[in-house]
Parts: sequence; structure tokens; C-alpha cells
Amino acid sequence: MTQRSKVVANFAAAVADVPDGATIAFGGFAMPGTPFNLIKALMEQGAKRLTLVANTTGGAQQPRMPDIGMLVENGQVAKVICAFTAATRPTDVLPFTKYYESGEVDAELVPQGTLAERMRAAGAGVPAFYTPTAVGTELAKGRETRVINGREYLLEYALPLDYAFIRARTADVLGNLRFHRSQRNFNPVMATAARCTIAEIDDPIQPAGSIDPDDVHTAGIYVHRLVQVPPSPEGIWPAKREARAR
Amino acid sequence: MSETKGLTRQQMADRVAREFQDGWIVNLGVGIPTMCSNTDIGDRDITYHSENGVIGYGPVAAEGQEDLNLVNAGGQNVTLKPGAAVVHHADSFGVIRGGHIDATVMGAYQVSMTGDFANWKLAGQKGGGIGGAMDLAACAKRVFIILEHVTRKNEPRLVQACDLPITAKGVVTLVMTNYGLFEPTGTGFRLREIAPGLTVEDVRAVTGGTLTVADGLKTIAV
Repeated sequence: MTQRSKVVANFAAAVADVPDGATIAFGGFAMPGTPFNLIKALMEQGAKRLTLVANTTGGAQQPRMPDIGMLVENGQVAKVICAFTAATRPTDVLPFTKYYESGEVDAELVPQGTLAERMRAAGAGVPAFYTPTAVGTELAKGRETRVINGREYLLEYALPLDYAFIRARTADVLGNLRFHRSQRNFNPVMATAARCTIAEIDDPIQPAGSIDPDDVHTAGIYVHRLVQVPPSPEGIWPAKREARAR
Repeated sequence: MSETKGLTRQQMADRVAREFQDGWIVNLGVGIPTMCSNTDIGDRDITYHSENGVIGYGPVAAEGQEDLNLVNAGGQNVTLKPGAAVVHHADSFGVIRGGHIDATVMGAYQVSMTGDFANWKLAGQKGGGIGGAMDLAACAKRVFIILEHVTRKNEPRLVQACDLPITAKGVVTLVMTNYGLFEPTGTGFRLREIAPGLTVEDVRAVTGGTLTVADGLKTIAV
């Protein structure tokens, strides 16, 4: 019996088959766990009319790293699904904003916990769920709610993905993953919801069996392709955020 | 920041942090709420939770000691306290929705006398920044809001009804401003403690609804 390695030679090869119109989720919360190298490769690959799922559209922090706002600027995006479609500081204008305001790109604004749970549900075979989040707000207008044990809940649907682009610290060739600190964030959840999960990996990819089964964060069954991140400057690594003026 | 009356940002955060009780799990929002973790509250043991799944983070990392793969909700490189744990995003919001957060502290544009608040979208804005605010607001055991008492045009932010889109309805239990510490009462706000140098009339003039004053009104120690 041979176990097939999921390691792909480079980022271009890993994203080569992404078709126009695909739904792709990107892990990451601020810098940690963001698949910078896969984003860059997708910009070069050029697939269009994409629906992108991520926490933010990017562009609020300096230095600016590859983010889904760059795919928007590159003309590849039809719609984003995010917990932030504007900056947390109202005075900041995101690169994404002008594409949204002009109607060139559509956006669905989803509370962060609902966003995570919609993907968790998709990965776990749950088609929809009720949550107390956003009840009584503009987001709940005209939507189905239900009172359960005296409290009102909002119906939310699972969010299945074609691809998940994620980043982890450690992997074996079968795609068993471990994350470092807050690198984990959305990554394990997105991996479960996607038909094809592509992971960029910080540390040298290990032979099968090198991660103790009890220590695996994301099981290899959820991961389809692995790419080793080369050292900087060829590979893109998290940078120190620049301090901002108040 | 522009010239303001009453408390500084850190003094507002300090007063809110003194509400935290031993053993609480607390989520601090971006901005002034983050400053609550700087406050010395003696030997009370507080576990700070961040939306990205970090449970038990400590102070911001010293220059040169940052782990670039470890941030709090504001994207700052923080440290971990002994006994910290990291979970993924769906579990992290399970912590929130599951009612395991004793208090969340957030900034806002407006708070209403019925405990609604607005902090994700400005008038006329397309889209917005919700982040984890709606989950936290709906599910934390206590919602504490810190905000400047008035807008730059000197209009009240403590209002009868929010005219901005709300984040959650009827959830706010405590409101901290540079003018004082308040509780929404349904018909107005109750002033629990007042900032040094201000009178009740100063506060009343720029507060929506009926202002009631706590018996033996205290001045906030700074």
C-alpha cells in the first residue's frame, strides 16, 4: 500500500485548475494564517467572476500584504462574503470600497461568528441553523426567524465552498496540519467546507506519521494539495504591522 | 484626539476594568476597550478572549519579542499568559454564542435608553464593519460600551433611540463615557458615577432621555 503525497511543486500548479465563477474562501485573521502566496498565484492565474469568502476585504493595515481586495482590483471578483466590507475606523477607505460603491462588485456582509458557523455547517452536513446573532438588526429584515424556548433566532444557511486557500505551520505529506498560535482562526473550518483545500505550509513538509495523531489540528482528509512556502523574498511571510498615527 | 471634557480614554478603560470580577472571561473590542487590559485590578484573575480563538492572552509583546502569528482582535501582536489556549474560529464563536463570555466591552457610535447600540455602520455608508460585534452583543452575559459622550458636533451619543443601524437590541448593561458611568433605564440613563470637574447639569445637557442620578453620586477616582 502506498500513500500518495499531496505535495504540489509550486503555487501556480496548485491553483491552475481554479475555474471562472468558483467560490473560494481564504483563511486568515489580520496577518496570521493568511495564504498570501496562494492569493498572489491566483492573481497570476487570472480566474474571473469569483465569489470570495474571507474575514475582511483587506487593505486596512500597512504594510499591505496580498489580500482579496487585490483580486478585486485585478478584475477577478464578482462578489465577496465578509464580516467587514468597510474599515473598522469609519475614516479609513478600503481599496475595495470604490468597486462596491460603483456596483462593480457585490458584497454580502455576515457577522463573523455566523460566517464561521455557516462554513462549519457546510463541512458537517448541516444545511442551516438558527442563531441569536443579528436578530432585530437591519441584517435580519425580511428573513426567517423562529422563537425557540422563548428567544428569537435567525435562520442561516450553510456556506459550501469550491476551494479553501489556507496556511498552516506544519504538515505531513498526507495533509495532516498543525497551526501556530492565532494562525489557526478560520483555516480548519474552511478546510472542512471546501471540495478542494489547498494549504501553504511554513515548515518543511514531513513524511506521513511525523505528527502524532493526537496532535493533528486538521485531519489530512480535508486537505487536497500542499505547497511549501519558500524562504523570503520568493515566499511571502507575515510582516510586522506598521504603527499607525492616531 | 480633539479636546474633550472629563476622563481620558485610559481613565474610561480603567473604570470599566474595575467592574471585572475575579474569574471572569472578558472579550475586549478594538480601540478604547483594548486599554482595559492595561489596568491594574489587583489579583483578580481575568481571562481575555479574542474572536480569533485566543483564550488567555496577556499584554502586547515587547518590541522585538513579537510572534507574528499571534494577534488579538485588533491585530496587535500580544503575548500569552500561562494556561492560554487557542481554538479555531467556529469554536471561538461557540464560546461567545454558548454564553461563556462574562462581559464584552465595545466601542459604539450611539447607545439608546433601552439598551440598543449602534457600532457597525454610519449613516449613508454602503456595507459596514460588523466583525464579531453582533455575536458578542447578542450572547455575552454583560455588554459594556465605552464611547465619547458627544459627537464632534456636540450632539449626544446617549440617545432616546439610535438613528444608526443597531448592532443588537436591549443588551447594554453599562455605558462608560468621558462624562461618567451610566446604565440605560428604558426611559433615559441613570448616572452612577460622574467624571471629576463636571456637574450633573453639564451631563444632563448632552444626554438623551431622562437623566436620573444615583443616590450618593460618586465622583470617579482617577
